[in-house]
Amino acid sequence: MNSALETVYLDNSATTRVYSESAALALDAMCSSYGNPSSLHRKGIEAEKLIKKAKEQIAVTIKASPAEIYFTSGGTEADNLAIIGGCNANRGNHILSSNVEHPAVMSALQQLEKKGYIVEYIPVQKNGIIDTARFSKMLRKDTVLVTCMFVNNETGAVQPVESMGKIIKKTNPGTLFHIDAVQAYGKLPIDVGSLNADFISLSSHKIHGPKGVGALYVRSKSKLLPVQFGGGQQNGIRPGTENVPGIAGFGLAAEMCHNNMNQKIEKMEYLKQRLKNGILNNIGDVLINTPDANAAPHILNVSFAYVKSEVLLHSLENDGIYVSSGSACSSHKKGPSYVLSALGVDRKMIDGSIRFSLSEFTTEKEIDYTVERLVENVKNIRKLMKR
Amino acid sequence: MQKIDLILLKYGEIALKGLNKPIFERKLLDNIKSRLDKIGKFSVRRAQSTVYVEPLDDAADMNQALKILKKIFGIVNICPVVKCEKNMESIAKTAQECLSGLDPSGKSFKVEAKREDKKFPLNSPQLCMELGGILLDRVEGLRVDVHNPEIVVNVEIRGEAYVYTQKIKGAGGMPVGTNGKATLLLSGGIDSPVAGYMIAKRGVEIEAVHFHSHPYTSDRAKEKVIDLAKEVSQYCGKIKLHIVPFTEIQLAIIEKCPENYLTIIMRRIMMQIAEKVSRQNGSAALITGESIGQVASQTMESLVCTDNAVEMPVFRPLIGMDKEEIVTISKKIETYETSILPYEDCCTIFVPKHPKTKPDLAEIIEAEKALDDIEEMIEKAISEEEVLVIK
Repeated sequence: MNSALETVYLDNSATTRVYSESAALALDAMCSSYGNPSSLHRKGIEAEKLIKKAKEQIAVTIKASPAEIYFTSGGTEADNLAIIGGCNANRGNHILSSNVEHPAVMSALQQLEKKGYIVEYIPVQKNGIIDTARFSKMLRKDTVLVTCMFVNNETGAVQPVESMGKIIKKTNPGTLFHIDAVQAYGKLPIDVGSLNADFISLSSHKIHGPKGVGALYVRSKSKLLPVQFGGGQQNGIRPGTENVPGIAGFGLAAEMCHNNMNQKIEKMEYLKQRLKNGILNNIGDVLINTPDANAAPHILNVSFAYVKSEVLLHSLENDGIYVSSGSACSSHKKGPSYVLSALGVDRKMIDGSIRFSLSEFTTEKEIDYTVERLVENVKNIRKLMKR
Repeated sequence: MQKIDLILLKYGEIALKGLNKPIFERKLLDNIKSRLDKIGKFSVRRAQSTVYVEPLDDAADMNQALKILKKIFGIVNICPVVKCEKNMESIAKTAQECLSGLDPSGKSFKVEAKREDKKFPLNSPQLCMELGGILLDRVEGLRVDVHNPEIVVNVEIRGEAYVYTQKIKGAGGMPVGTNGKATLLLSGGIDSPVAGYMIAKRGVEIEAVHFHSHPYTSDRAKEKVIDLAKEVSQYCGKIKLHIVPFTEIQLAIIEKCPENYLTIIMRRIMMQIAEKVSRQNGSAALITGESIGQVASQTMESLVCTDNAVEMPVFRPLIGMDKEEIVTISKKIETYETSILPYEDCCTIFVPKHPKTKPDLAEIIEAEKALDDIEEMIEKAISEEEVLVIK
């Protein structure tokens, strides 16, 4: 094993390494600015300031105003709050979504279905992307909410959320629009104005911030009811003492990750293409599940025929390379990936699918080493599996 | 939380061991002491086939001790005792309090008394009658049945008065360490932890071997086995767990042996490795969780082939049990939830499509000849083992 490459972390869609500056700030918030932001004394104000600062840092990255940012415990809670809180606050019985959403969205929608909402799931095309013409047709007068992810967590496919936002605004301005931008944040420009979104979910730990914190953008005019109740913090929309260290770390991470973002995106895109070409040129019987166009710069999903993805994952782990089989969030459930199934990928190919997800820290050397180890490991595994 | 001043432990089988009785008693006492040492300071002493456990300071939690004692082999009955002053009124009051926790209304009871301190004014029968009368008066719905009572109120008059109404069933069996040592082949499944528990129950110290096949199994599978060993060690005390890397051997089997014999050859080699590990560690027998006919590798014929791989006796305590019965025990000993976690162990990967259910030993021995360097591979695997002491 190349000792210079002890850890090649290519599982950044599962979570990322926290910026050390962000970790230091969180530590400081725990050890010195430890006051309760609701307390009236100086210690409280000190903590409150950290939250204010983080709100500003995040708001500017999506061209929102700080008052439109609400902190949550993460992406899952932000999705739940937008979907359930949005539907509770507005009229209409019909919800539109896609068939490749994250479980945080899928499960929240299933809860609403149990309560009598009619939820329709727009089937994606073979490339994993929603057809906007089909979306237009499925949008109804009584559609209370459209919820759609920006970037798919398994394949990296980018959904046409901007066009969807325009369609909603033109034909059904009363319909709420929620975008789960957890995988898009920091990897694609997000502009709340051009997206016409009412709610946008963000997560800290996918952009080198601490775990356990996320945010929901709530457009100032959009109505939302809380789904949990307590001491009235954050206008009562999301009560509970704020996770100050997490929020402070998140704010700084948001700022840092958006510094020179275009260059970072270009680099990730280049490395992703290099990885893809390395695989295609050196390994036979593979299928790229990430679309060529309309894809995020950091995710590459590949199926290797005659390979069990978990075995390949653990072989790569022996070489210090960390990847994911399907999506880490669904790895503790058995059964094939529903996202790849929705794209019509053959069951055998799904069982051999690996997701590589890059970050701004990924290097060319790491990508080349990964290709080299992939070639070797896939060869060895196929020798056994093809018997 | 129940108030407990003292716990009385009664042991059954050991008391019948004749001249060897002191050896068993000492071991039991040692086991109890080492287990309780982990949670605080307790006095553990023995008199007349009873063990007395008392707290030595305020931090020693008797309710926690009770939980631990329920899992120590060699104890048949456990009685949590409340102490009080040696006069009728406080004895009656204490007995009343003990009864109130047992929902006594409508139940039958009797009093049993032992008077060790002969200076106490009432003798045992008098004490029974007197206390019985008071309780009958004061506790509503209680009735007397001296032959088949639902509740027995026990009073012992010693330095103080001891009152207890509960007789909790202990783990039974024999003190671990009084019957030698055996090596358990511990997979991640439901059966092997139960097998280890059952053999430990007969006083056998447990050594364990697990085969790890990274990258064909994940490190989570290994963590799961460590967790299982911890759970079993609640009953059998310290376990030395040997984690033997098995990938190379497994790959060699797959490469060189016929597909339908993969599993049985793999199991034979696992047995051989376990036997070697046993010899090196002073263990005299092997333990497996096999049950006749459960899977292809556990048919009568397969078991004959596996058995033939080693010289040591192989104990298979689950041999005649149905899966359901095994599951019941694994739930009781709290290994079930860990066992059913989905991380694949080396038995479930590379399973042949059509395993032989009636394997032929001669054919297997012939097929194994293809593994010409198996002795060295076994030595290498053992030399690379990871050893963990689970307490």
